[in-house]
Amino acid sequence: MTLGNNREGTDRAKIIGRRALLLGGGKLALLTTLVGRMYYLQVVEADKYAVLADENRINLRLLPPPRGRILDRNGVPMAINQQNYRVLLVSEETDDINDTLDALSHIIPVNEHDRARILREARRHRSFVPVTVRENLSWEDVSRIEINTPDLPGVEIDVGQSRYYPLEGLGAHLLGYVATPSEADLQNSSDPLLELPGFRIGKAGIEKVYDIALRGKGGTSQVEVNAVGRTIRELKRDDGVPGLDLHLTIDVELQQFAAQRLGEESAAAVVLDIHTGDVLVMASTPSFDPNAFNRGLSSEEWKELIGNPRAPLTNKAIAGQYPPGSTFKLMTALAALESGIVTPDMTVLCTGQMSLGNIIFHCWKKGGHGTMDMENGLKNSCDVYFYEIARRVGFERIAEMARRFGLGSVTGLDLPGERSGTIPDKAWKRATLDQPWHPGETLINSIGQGYVLATPLQLAVMCARVANGGYAVTPHLARDLVDGIHAVPRVTPDWPDLGLSRQNLDVVHRGMFAVVNEPGGTAYRERIKDESMAMAGKSGSAQVRRISMRERETGVKKNDELPWKERDHALFVAFAPVSNPRYACCVTVEHGGGGSSVAAPMCRDILIEVQKRDPQRAAGGDPALKHDFEAWRQARAETEAGHQALAREVDRRFGPGTAAGICGCGGLHVQGSCGA
Amino acid sequence: MSGDKLHFRFSRSEMSLREKLWQISWSYVALISLVCCIGFFTLYSAANGSIDPWADRQMMRFAVGMLVMLGVALVDIRAWMRWSYGLYAMALVLLVAVQLHGSVGMGAQRWIDLGFIQIQPSEIMKIAMVLALARYFHGASYQDVGRPLFLLPPLAMVFLPVGLVLKQPDLGTAMMLTLASGAMFFLVGVRLWKFALLLAVGGGAIPVAWRFMREYQRQRILTFLNPESDPLGAGYHILQSKIALGSGGLFGKGFMLGTQSHLNFLPEKQTDFIFTMLAEEWGMVGGVVLLALYTLILAYGYALSLRSRNQFGRLVGLGLTTTFFLYVFINIAMVMGLVPVVGVPLPLISYGGTAMLTLLFGFGLILSVHIHRDVIIGRRGAAEDI
Ligand SMILES: [Zn+2]
Ligand SMILES: [Zn+2]
Repeated sequence: MTLGNNREGTDRAKIIGRRALLLGGGKLALLTTLVGRMYYLQVVEADKYAVLADENRINLRLLPPPRGRILDRNGVPMAINQQNYRVLLVSEETDDINDTLDALSHIIPVNEHDRARILREARRHRSFVPVTVRENLSWEDVSRIEINTPDLPGVEIDVGQSRYYPLEGLGAHLLGYVATPSEADLQNSSDPLLELPGFRIGKAGIEKVYDIALRGKGGTSQVEVNAVGRTIRELKRDDGVPGLDLHLTIDVELQQFAAQRLGEESAAAVVLDIHTGDVLVMASTPSFDPNAFNRGLSSEEWKELIGNPRAPLTNKAIAGQYPPGSTFKLMTALAALESGIVTPDMTVLCTGQMSLGNIIFHCWKKGGHGTMDMENGLKNSCDVYFYEIARRVGFERIAEMARRFGLGSVTGLDLPGERSGTIPDKAWKRATLDQPWHPGETLINSIGQGYVLATPLQLAVMCARVANGGYAVTPHLARDLVDGIHAVPRVTPDWPDLGLSRQNLDVVHRGMFAVVNEPGGTAYRERIKDESMAMAGKSGSAQVRRISMRERETGVKKNDELPWKERDHALFVAFAPVSNPRYACCVTVEHGGGGSSVAAPMCRDILIEVQKRDPQRAAGGDPALKHDFEAWRQARAETEAGHQALAREVDRRFGPGTAAGICGCGGLHVQGSCGA
Repeated sequence: MSGDKLHFRFSRSEMSLREKLWQISWSYVALISLVCCIGFFTLYSAANGSIDPWADRQMMRFAVGMLVMLGVALVDIRAWMRWSYGLYAMALVLLVAVQLHGSVGMGAQRWIDLGFIQIQPSEIMKIAMVLALARYFHGASYQDVGRPLFLLPPLAMVFLPVGLVLKQPDLGTAMMLTLASGAMFFLVGVRLWKFALLLAVGGGAIPVAWRFMREYQRQRILTFLNPESDPLGAGYHILQSKIALGSGGLFGKGFMLGTQSHLNFLPEKQTDFIFTMLAEEWGMVGGVVLLALYTLILAYGYALSLRSRNQFGRLVGLGLTTTFFLYVFINIAMVMGLVPVVGVPLPLISYGGTAMLTLLFGFGLILSVHIHRDVIIGRRGAAEDI
């Protein structure tokens, strides 16, 4: 080895040593940048990434709250949640979906259409997502599947909830139904529950009005998911608020009774508490089974429902508008009395017809009623008497009175679909028909024909306001006030006073009493014989066809001689018990014939049943409204005696059969010859 | 002089096996084993608390690798020098063969399947290139290195395999081969302006290279420049890795509690992205501790190499230490979004047999360099002095 070689070696060692130091320094610098990067990611930006990591792994799942039940006033369930058994298939748990479906088809029917859908859905979703095979399984099917589970890999039974209406047709019009939200619902609501697959919201009736409360508040479940979305575990759970159990004012047993009593007719019955506005009965026949909608209707069933002339899908109590007929005479009577133009004692002689201009207006009783005062006019429902007083006070006053009693506008019931009816006047006719008001129309409309239209509910409210002494009670179906998702007990408010004099209301009460309870009254045959339950009412028969001159001469056809569509609507409004009024009832029978012969007996039976179920009916109430029949009857006898004396006096002075009586001016003279 | 005495002893050429074993730097071996153990625990966590399927196999490979490492360490450094060109030639032939017959893994041709073992020629090349360059520069004087013509053969030795590896395409290995060779050129004293010149030429070649790149490689580079632009597609890996790291924070989520890795948001958590998982569960503290251990291994590599009295040993030791550093840096920089995702594993920790074997082979060579540090090898090669 040479020295030069050695020196050369030392030089190279020096170079490599120096360069290795440089290289090592560079490496250290690079490693330091790694530490710096770590510091930046794990300390400086740690919070940001912690949030991102949680967003990655935590999924917020909505928990649908159980929908609140709907109960009647006594707690009888009207709408409940039923367990809906479904068969699901988890494709990752079976080797071959087709084999499993084959095995399953021995237990429940699985047709080719189902199979194609299941295979399609299974392909579209991740393999651990269950696919629905079939819904609404019977309990037998469920148990048979459960027994065969070992042979059915991947098959699971799942319990969902579906709405069930145990009373079926009874109350179907009130309750409405639930369905999956529409596009519009989704746009109008910010409630994320609506986005849940299979979630249903109220689409009609009570289900719709109180949907928010019945729906409750959705809970949330924070679950940890992995990168492909599979749930690993639940981290946090908020159960939300279950839907509110909503009590209605309806008495299901009464409702049942009323519906049965209406029978096959196309009819509606409403019973109100005249003090609180509780709707105890709201029946509309024929009805339908809302559960059928959940099951799915065949097109024949649907056509049958839609095509039925008796309109089973319509709630006639609020959406049926009928001419109120003679029940409207209550309004004409009150308008006349309140105007001061007509006194209760003023009499009108009914000869069976009355002429105005060159038109003749007929009383329903051919041959006439003779001398009629207010009470007799109501009792006999004498058309001529009301023609005359309407002519004197004018229709504007009658219309105004009718509106005060709730006609012509919706009552504000907590149920969608209510119609407002019609109370016409000059302005209305000008606006809608662009025609002037004819004097003859005053007469026709004053007996509830012509343009006047009202719903059965409106007539029940009218009757309730008459019966409760002139207070503007309004009806409601929910027992409690619902505020958001909570129920607050309802306190009966001081209803606005309609400002009528007690004496005038008393006259009308006595007239209604006479209609039912005095011999000769239009509904005397339908009186309630137990005086503690006695009802006072007013019948109405609304003509739906024109009676020609010719027919009038040859004799007006009886209703049972006419085809159904041409028969009169039969109406009856009543309140009971007269001794301490509490309940108002309206029965409307489409094309039923006579109000007193068809609607009155139904109304009577319903009111008897209502009172039977309320043993406390004699207690409470408004002392000022308590009526003393004996005093009424005595007063009535005296008036009758006076009338007879008057009739004799008229016969003596003007000759028998002359249309004369005590006028509003106080004098006794021939009709139409008043000097005052 | 004691130096003369030692020299005399080694002039007798052979050391006994006992002497060699005595000379092995057992603390270096322990340090390497410690890092491997950290790897086993991390793989155990990656499998959700199970030694199956990764930790157990990794331990087996470690055991085999350890035997290989010790075997390599005991082989005389002059023998390695003698075989270095042969090894390089073999690796080059295999690289060509893999182009022709290799099977496709991960979208690239990398493996040769010999039935009983799968050979990855690019891994062999990582070692063989260091050995071959070390042998070439062993006898070079400072003046030799200054001559540009002298540098042409080693440049060809580098760019031939790099080109082949790029064609596979394996960006990570190409990068490592280039950088490790660069470091060796630097160590032997190549002037810095020559690197600058080469860089300038290389920079000019980038547009040309771009045209020859596969679409997925271009995509990787583009994604690297802005990974958030495509959070569900190509940038997903980097983004999820950064989320995992960042959410680990300073002290981590705890052993086996890493949400990103255990819920599979983190891709390839047992291989290329294992550092992310470790740093998610142990936080920055864990990451820095691991980095410190790596730095210690590097420092050892430097110390062991520079104590060698022959140029070949020094170059082999430093070259392999640099290769090891490149593994560490590229992998960690990659998972932290500092360099493109090029598929370089975290040394001694990532699951995988080939890299483990390559690394332990390399450490064996460094140990051999250390054991035979006092062997003097003549400028013209090993044979002269034996
Ligand atoms: Zn009459
Ligand atoms: Zn007069």
